[in-house]
Amino acid sequence: MRINRWVLLGIVLFFLAFPVLVPSDYYRHIFIIALMWVLIGSSWNLLAGFTGQVSFGHAIFFGTGAYTAGLCVTKLGISAWWGILLGGPVSTLVGLFIGWVCFRLRGPYFALATIAVGEIFRLVAIDWRSFTEGMEGILIIQTFRSKLPYYYLGVALAALCMFAIHRVVYSKWGYYFVAIREDQDAAESMGISAFRYKSLSLMISSFFTGLAGAFYMNYMAFIDPHVVFNLHDISIMAILVGIIGGVGTIWGPPVGAFIMVFLQETFRSSFFGLFPRWVSESHVLAFGLLVIFVIRYLANGVIGDWPKIRRLWTREKAYS
Amino acid sequence: MEILVQTLVSGVLIGGIYALIGIGMTLIMGVMKIINLAHGQLMMVAMYITFVLFEYFGLDPYFSLLVSMPALFLLGIFLQKYLLNPLLKVDSILPENQVLMTVGIGMVLTEIIRFIFRSDYRSVKTAYSATALYIGPISLNFPMVVAFGIALLLTAALFFFLLKTDLGKSVRATAQNADAAMIMGINAHWITVLTYGLGSGLVAAAGTLLLPIYYLFPDIGGPFTLKAFVITMLGGMGSTIGAILGGVVLGVAESLGATYISMALKDAVGLVIFLLVLIFLPGGLKTLTKV
Amino acid sequence: MAYFQTEHLTKNFGGLIAVNDLSFQVEQGQIFGLIGPNGSGKTTVFNLITGYYPQTSGTMRFKGSTIDGLPTWKVCKLGIGRTFQVVKPLRRMTVLENVMTSAFNRRQSMQAAREKALEVLEFCELSKKLDYPAKGLTIGDRKRLEIARALATEPELILLDETMAGLTPQEQREGVELIRRVRDTGKTIIIVEHIMHVIMNLCDRILCINYGQEIALGTPAEVANNQAVIEAYLGKE
Repeated sequence: MRINRWVLLGIVLFFLAFPVLVPSDYYRHIFIIALMWVLIGSSWNLLAGFTGQVSFGHAIFFGTGAYTAGLCVTKLGISAWWGILLGGPVSTLVGLFIGWVCFRLRGPYFALATIAVGEIFRLVAIDWRSFTEGMEGILIIQTFRSKLPYYYLGVALAALCMFAIHRVVYSKWGYYFVAIREDQDAAESMGISAFRYKSLSLMISSFFTGLAGAFYMNYMAFIDPHVVFNLHDISIMAILVGIIGGVGTIWGPPVGAFIMVFLQETFRSSFFGLFPRWVSESHVLAFGLLVIFVIRYLANGVIGDWPKIRRLWTREKAYS
Repeated sequence: MEILVQTLVSGVLIGGIYALIGIGMTLIMGVMKIINLAHGQLMMVAMYITFVLFEYFGLDPYFSLLVSMPALFLLGIFLQKYLLNPLLKVDSILPENQVLMTVGIGMVLTEIIRFIFRSDYRSVKTAYSATALYIGPISLNFPMVVAFGIALLLTAALFFFLLKTDLGKSVRATAQNADAAMIMGINAHWITVLTYGLGSGLVAAAGTLLLPIYYLFPDIGGPFTLKAFVITMLGGMGSTIGAILGGVVLGVAESLGATYISMALKDAVGLVIFLLVLIFLPGGLKTLTKV
Repeated sequence: MAYFQTEHLTKNFGGLIAVNDLSFQVEQGQIFGLIGPNGSGKTTVFNLITGYYPQTSGTMRFKGSTIDGLPTWKVCKLGIGRTFQVVKPLRRMTVLENVMTSAFNRRQSMQAAREKALEVLEFCELSKKLDYPAKGLTIGDRKRLEIARALATEPELILLDETMAGLTPQEQREGVELIRRVRDTGKTIIIVEHIMHVIMNLCDRILCINYGQEIALGTPAEVANNQAVIEAYLGKE
């Protein structure tokens, strides 16, 4: 789905103007979180949707990036903003290690391994108190009181990530990634080292997710193992963002990110106060039902199954 | 020395129950070629059923087996027939759709239970929960021994089923080659449905047996799903004997970890073993025994 | 030293000996046939050459150096391409994208890969179907695509695994034509085939195997008249 350049310009302008048009800190916050998920979802999608390696452990990279930024403060005595520069590379190194361990496994077994490694990271982060401050977490002082700097940084990072992924996908590497996804054995016989290219995909993926983590540390000013190495809130959320939007597409994850974050917020606030309190506690239930529904009926996501959605719409119109 | 023996014995006892969890998952893996990430959650549901029967009807957990196993068997069949099987026909980019579906199912089960029961820790304390048997200086927790015994019985029954009955052989045939099995007149569709039910029933038994010696809260499913696949990887995917070995190894390893390293990292032990197996022994212990 | 040769190549699958002490030589520019009844080990030989799994014993040499133990992708880089018996198109990519992926083996830029891919597709007469998704192709076109993909990696030696199976007689004729044209561009070909008239017409030399072992090696005429070969096939055409 190649997007018209005027539409693209329109989107960019909208995002640049948004905080001015909507001066509410509440909505700015939601957008910032959604932009962060654009980063995480797009990186997950590069590895899973394009290269076919479905990671259930992206929290590993998010947490690593977040802790890199946090440790800058607690261990190195420098500003957490250095984490924005370091978070990506450190996560990439972790990614290399994970790839070396896990890429010998195919399909669902790779997914399992990523869950296990994710859990190990979480448990180690809890237990290694002298290094990570354990469950107390890391608390820093937020640099800016206004949300605007964080918002625009988020826009910049999201745009950078999408641009990078776009360049990669429409290049030799992109072709190689998809070849590996479609048929790893055939790919090898075409001169593609599956291990090397899976690793490259993972490195890019972990880089941007780590970057998102470092961003999170700077924006939210508090992290702990439960928050950043979380299986459901980070790893599975990343998968949901990818699936809802559409795996294997460039615009899927951004769409998915905004849908998921807004959905989450809608539930958390009990539909903005319209529904009783218990609704807010059922947002995970809603997510679970959404997973089931999407996988069963809309497996290629909103973007991927767009033709299907359109057909449903037009069929309805035909009767009225 | 005494401590070591005690640790080992406890490990083996709980390993027997773990084996039930592992066998269920490995069967599902073998027949359906998917990883059931709702496995622990199914067990959790069974535990809550057992809990309710005990709290409100005074039914002893061991008798609850007669309720929880069939109940989960039916739930498993329902899930497989309406949610998982239909996915086979969908051609999506991600081949792991079935796995993701089980994740969704797990989430929904957990949240429904949380909605009904809240997140409070529950436990079942029967008259004999704290009693111990003694063999010399080694103390054996009575419920654990009974659980181990029942687990053995169930495992034996399962083996009898798989090896001696026609239906059981159909399950094994489908696990080895679904297409060939279909040509031979086996309704592979029903076999997959049955197997998921069977796997669910077995893990229900494990849950019911574990309840007297554990505690219960809605999120307990996750760690057990992880344990289930650690066991399955250890033992070799699809191998029932491997699952038994894997269960015992995990039980003993956790026990040793709890005694000699720390209680907190007990769960990490299983994960580390899992990774070591991945790196050095990708076929699981099964490759060592050449079974 | 021949252009490509195997020496005492053996593959044992834990009790089942799929390839048994095979030694043969292929000269540059030849079309070398590998025939034998079903299950005789032909595809296994190809899998060994391309490094899908390691041999139990024996050596394979290409242009003088051994290729033992090399990963599949490296074998391709060295100049050995292959097609698969059960074709493996990259289903969600178009025909052009499939071949471009192969072309990247020797070309770095999108432009260069595209040029090479278009050239190969022209050669294989698939130009009209550039933008068709691979999963929608007929079996005949899929076989062509398989060959096109192998050619786009710019190999010197190509292994063709039963490229004629399942094709109509007309498609087979076109297939034979294509293979001849490939040889005419200077490539060396090892071809596994069941269809006798194809093999007999195309090949310079033929190796016939059964149960992984050599039962005849020579010119088409020699092999066709070989008693053991006739027996192995039980008079099969």
